[in-house]
Amino acid sequence: MGNHFELFELRPAFAIDAARLDEAYRRAQAAVHPDRFAAASDAERRASMQWTTRLNEAYRALKDPVQRAKHLLELHGVDVAFETNTQMPPQFLMQQLETRERLEAATAGKDAAALDALADELAGQRRALEEALGEAIDERSDYAGAADLVRKLMFLRRIGEEIDAAYEAIE
Amino acid sequence: MALLQISEPGQSPAPHERKLAVGIDLGTTNSLVATVRSGVAVVLPDAQGRKLLPSVVRYLPDGKVEVGYAAKARQASDPRNTVASVKRYMGRGIRDVAHAEGDPYDFVDAPGMVQIRTVAGPKSPVEISAEVLKVLRRRAEESLGGPLAGAVITVPAYFDDAQRQATKDAGRLAGLNVLRLLNEPTAAAVAYGLDNAAEGVYAVYDLGGGTFDLSILRLSRGIFEVIATSGDSMLGGDDFDQRVYCWILEKAKLPPLPAPDMRLLMMKAREAKEYLSVHAQTRITARLSIGEVVDVELDGETFCNITQTLVQKTLVPVRKALRDAGLRPDEIKGVVMVGGATRMPQIQRAVGEFFNRDPLNNLDPDKVVALGAAMQADVLVGNKREGDEWLLLDVIPLSLGIETMGGLVEKILPRNTTIPAGRAQEFTTFKDGQTAMSFHVVQGERELVSDCRSLARFELRGIPPMAAGAARIRVEFQVDADGLLSVSARESTTGIQASIAVKPSYGLGDADIERMLRDSIEHAEEDVHARALAESRVEGQRLIEATRSAMQADAALLAESEAKSIDAALEALAAAVAGSDHRAIKQAMEALGRATDSFAARRMDESIRRALAGRRIGSL
Repeated sequence: MGNHFELFELRPAFAIDAARLDEAYRRAQAAVHPDRFAAASDAERRASMQWTTRLNEAYRALKDPVQRAKHLLELHGVDVAFETNTQMPPQFLMQQLETRERLEAATAGKDAAALDALADELAGQRRALEEALGEAIDERSDYAGAADLVRKLMFLRRIGEEIDAAYEAIE
Repeated sequence: MALLQISEPGQSPAPHERKLAVGIDLGTTNSLVATVRSGVAVVLPDAQGRKLLPSVVRYLPDGKVEVGYAAKARQASDPRNTVASVKRYMGRGIRDVAHAEGDPYDFVDAPGMVQIRTVAGPKSPVEISAEVLKVLRRRAEESLGGPLAGAVITVPAYFDDAQRQATKDAGRLAGLNVLRLLNEPTAAAVAYGLDNAAEGVYAVYDLGGGTFDLSILRLSRGIFEVIATSGDSMLGGDDFDQRVYCWILEKAKLPPLPAPDMRLLMMKAREAKEYLSVHAQTRITARLSIGEVVDVELDGETFCNITQTLVQKTLVPVRKALRDAGLRPDEIKGVVMVGGATRMPQIQRAVGEFFNRDPLNNLDPDKVVALGAAMQADVLVGNKREGDEWLLLDVIPLSLGIETMGGLVEKILPRNTTIPAGRAQEFTTFKDGQTAMSFHVVQGERELVSDCRSLARFELRGIPPMAAGAARIRVEFQVDADGLLSVSARESTTGIQASIAVKPSYGLGDADIERMLRDSIEHAEEDVHARALAESRVEGQRLIEATRSAMQADAALLAESEAKSIDAALEALAAAVAGSDHRAIKQAMEALGRATDSFAARRMDESIRRALAGRRIGSL
């Protein structure tokens, strides 16, 4: 499966033109979506579903900062290798350890306000990392450095999922 | 029906070419059928002018079936053979319905889905739902004056794959061409959005008789994009009745009751709930078969108190959907209220307080889903002019995954993924010389398989023996526009390919549907084959015309040899259509499909290219 940027005729960069992406996605969907082929032949319904599936996958990947960065790094031959490379700077790990402890305390105390505070902090950290990521890829072409940032972002995402699970647990 | 529905701008199908299409809201409590007439969506009433059809089915000893008001009237006197709220059992196993304490039915354990024993034999929820759909189909055909080209049936957004498949099977069993399963809140958003020319982010709060959905959608320039959906497929207006029922039992100090008395009091509880939506208090009276007389007063405040936890329970999915969408309550422009149960003042208050704005009640909460479904059916069947159409981008409500070592779930497609969606994942063997691999497909958010719903199990055999970890098994998930999943697996290192496509085991095969159609009384009286032949001929003729016009429109995309083989397949199909064997027509259609497969794909590529080229010209 080809390059997601090419599919929507976008410049391959971390900073994307979201309006342009939305527009291209909508136009393409309007042309091939299964709703346009509900009464068509099997061959066309199949082709329509395959195309729409691909458009949806590419759009989702480009909208999401982590997936977008991973896709860009892959295009530059860099493997993020989140599963095998779990090395993180000690300072970052200490910070996350502390976040986890606060998360556990908030869950145990059924403290929704504390969870809100954690979620806000996490969102702030993620935004800062995304900015740094844009700089590393688009301005400095530092792909190895970008891969480290992506791993950190993925790490934060997992904590985000744990916070969501904690909300559900205390409800 | 051209292959790419190519029509010149401004050209619309002539009135006599309009196809008859309906939207059906197959509800827990009531069902409706609607259509688009002269550009306006309307609910079709029965001969007595009643728009709702109670989703109640009664089986009689002589094999006859009563549906709707007649069946509803016999609920208390014939509770075991009169099935209400069957939607709660769609795609559900015996363990899922264990909680159904208020239900007087005789459940039978059956593979895949529970059945209910009636005087006419055990009936599956699919068959019972099909009875409701048949009545609506006949109503529509009589009212519109001809056979239906297709129908859109709505389902709760939070329905899982088993429940969706069951609904689609019920539609087919009722003789409907199911164009699409459409999520109820999305249908409501279409009706609301088009009626009010709404733009922005909206929430749809849909509390039906037995299910609760909360969807968040972005409405923008003719596109309805679902951002997140959540819900509870075991929470609805029925639960409020149940609370009132329990309150009556306690208040009147009643002993355990026989089935007719249970049903009678449940009906009284429902009436009380509805009355309290507009009045401050109500009196509940009933004479029971065991000799007791019930006479109690229930006021709005008490009703509020005994249902407080249910109201709060609906806010859990609301918060979850907002978190998934990354939005705060104040970023929602409006909350559309759907489902009869949203008439309860405590629901209105709770939603108003949570979002800090008055909920939107300007559409009839009982009808809005059917109306939206009718609008979508009209588009899908091809009655809309090009450019006049809108687009629905819906999502899967629950993550889909596969069981891995240790009973853990590997998520393949996360919830809120836009459909159609597909993803492939590679797995490998863990033993030397392993030649088979079994897969367990599950749906749900939890990490342990035992906490998720099991959808299907299947095995891939014939893997060439090799060292552990050397085989590459590619497992592919594909969810179609109805939200239905199919899974396939393939071993790809050696070039030897074994593949299997699974349809979850509760699904009925084509042969099952045909047999059930034959068995049903309605169809025993007419000639099943004549009907199948007539339908196949229409489909075959349609395909011939569509293929010819596609070949004409895109002759440039066709190689000469390919055109020849398509021509041959066209001739074979024309000959089959002229014959009298519906299976031969189907086979010829499949052959033509294979002959045009790559042509269809190229046409689709071309149309994408044109769509994106149009953007460039427009934006530069």
